[in-house]
Amino acid sequence: MSIKEEEQRIIEEFSVFDDWMDKYEYLIEIGKSLPVIDESGKSEPNLINGCQSRVWLAAEYKEGKIWFTADSDAIITKGIISLLIRVLSGRTPKEILDADLAFIGQIGLEENLSPTRANGLRSMIIKIRTYAAAYINN
Amino acid sequence: MISDINQLRLQFPILGREIYSKPLVYFDNAATAQKPLSVIEMSSLLLEQTNGNVHRAPHRMANDCTSYYEGAREKVRAFLNASGTDEIIFTSGTTASINLIARSFSSKFLKSGDTILLSQAEHHSNIVPWQLVANELGLNIKVLPVDQSGRILSEKIDEYLDDSVKLISITHISNVTGLITPVKDICKKAQAKGVITVIDGAQGIVHSKVDVKDIGCDFYAFSAHKLYGPTGVGVLYGKRDLLEQMPPWMGGGDMIESVSFEKTEYAPLPLKFEAGTPNYAGVAAMGAALDFCNSLVENIHKHESDLIKAMKEGLSEIDGIKLFGGFENERIPLFSFTVDGAHASDIAILMDKMGIALRSGKLCAEPLVKHFGAESVVRASLLPYNTLEEVEIFISSLKRVVKMLLN
Repeated sequence: MSIKEEEQRIIEEFSVFDDWMDKYEYLIEIGKSLPVIDESGKSEPNLINGCQSRVWLAAEYKEGKIWFTADSDAIITKGIISLLIRVLSGRTPKEILDADLAFIGQIGLEENLSPTRANGLRSMIIKIRTYAAAYINN
Repeated sequence: MISDINQLRLQFPILGREIYSKPLVYFDNAATAQKPLSVIEMSSLLLEQTNGNVHRAPHRMANDCTSYYEGAREKVRAFLNASGTDEIIFTSGTTASINLIARSFSSKFLKSGDTILLSQAEHHSNIVPWQLVANELGLNIKVLPVDQSGRILSEKIDEYLDDSVKLISITHISNVTGLITPVKDICKKAQAKGVITVIDGAQGIVHSKVDVKDIGCDFYAFSAHKLYGPTGVGVLYGKRDLLEQMPPWMGGGDMIESVSFEKTEYAPLPLKFEAGTPNYAGVAAMGAALDFCNSLVENIHKHESDLIKAMKEGLSEIDGIKLFGGFENERIPLFSFTVDGAHASDIAILMDKMGIALRSGKLCAEPLVKHFGAESVVRASLLPYNTLEEVEIFISSLKRVVKMLLN
């Protein structure tokens, strides 16, 4: 499945909720099911500090693709991370760099990526892209 | 005179709006207050009807704007019970006021080896400006500690006021705990040792009657926007004899008497510290905000204590809650807390979806939040226009949110 198709599936999953609380309830559920990064992955170099919450991101490059694991101390942040990983993990560097991640806005979670939230999500996306850029010529 | 809460709320059009189809419950007042009609009308007046740059042109609109501007200065003077309008400097906010003192006072009066005393409960804007000058001038910074609840250990101040301490800068009311610092007592003890006193009144001006003569402080700083006024306006009150000796910290128009390349004479107080075109539209609107504050009568304050009581009762019903500042200490209607197992940012995001505006994070007071062993806290801060019904909505929504996060 392409990144666009995966994004489309997420949009469909979220389309059943017209109430904000239901949408966030679902996001919390997703967050809770995110496989937690191992303690070794929660190291200082993997930490992305925000004012509101902390995010850890670890990346592994294998056979032309980048695999991400991540965690956060806040569950809503974790839910969004989980969606991002579903879309971006196991992709080639080029696919990752080409992804515009428009689905975040389409499911109404864009505000969580705004700089004012300072929750590390924006920085996490930048870090994901930085990894991809580093491996693009491999 | 406003004595009835419903009548009071009608003065604030924004309180009638909906957020995500839910009635807005605005509990982020310590960040900024909403504005009454009188402030909105004054702001509009200076955009629509009367605009001319102050202190300069000999035309009608400039004169009118100067009257509003200088009229507001007199209103501030009366509000603080300062000796004269020359002791009232307009700035862009509390942060600018503190930076002004840190820069100007320190350069004139402090030297390497001198100590500035702060407290553990300070906002970043009462820490970083001092660190900047301390680095430049070789000053030391000492910190008055807080107890477990976050109360500043003011009774220990004598131990901290050694001979090297030349200035103490301390918050009137903490933006994290909502606890009130005994500033009068601190100023008295500091003054006895010849130590200059600076009060960060960002929260204090909103929730207590500030009389600078009674407090006995040398400087008092606050912002208009937390006091129902516009953003981008603040005040520095300073004692005349100190302000007169302090050098300007910014140069420009309006702060000079005469300029030549050989020698420039500065304007007398207060304009010496007001370089450039000031935010006169904002200052005029702050004047309206002070009139509004003066119109609030005593039973509004009784309502405020009812809100505090209801919030304390409601919060005490939440399992795993930690209320910073403690349930016992006397406080303003400001409540920072954590709930075991639920992240502060998750709580605030979900509450927003129920129409409730809160703050979460380190509250620009990282040393104090760290002292509590927290990474991030939730803060609910109220003003007299908030209602007991809103407190009920807040508490029941908080219970629902915590349940969602814990399950």
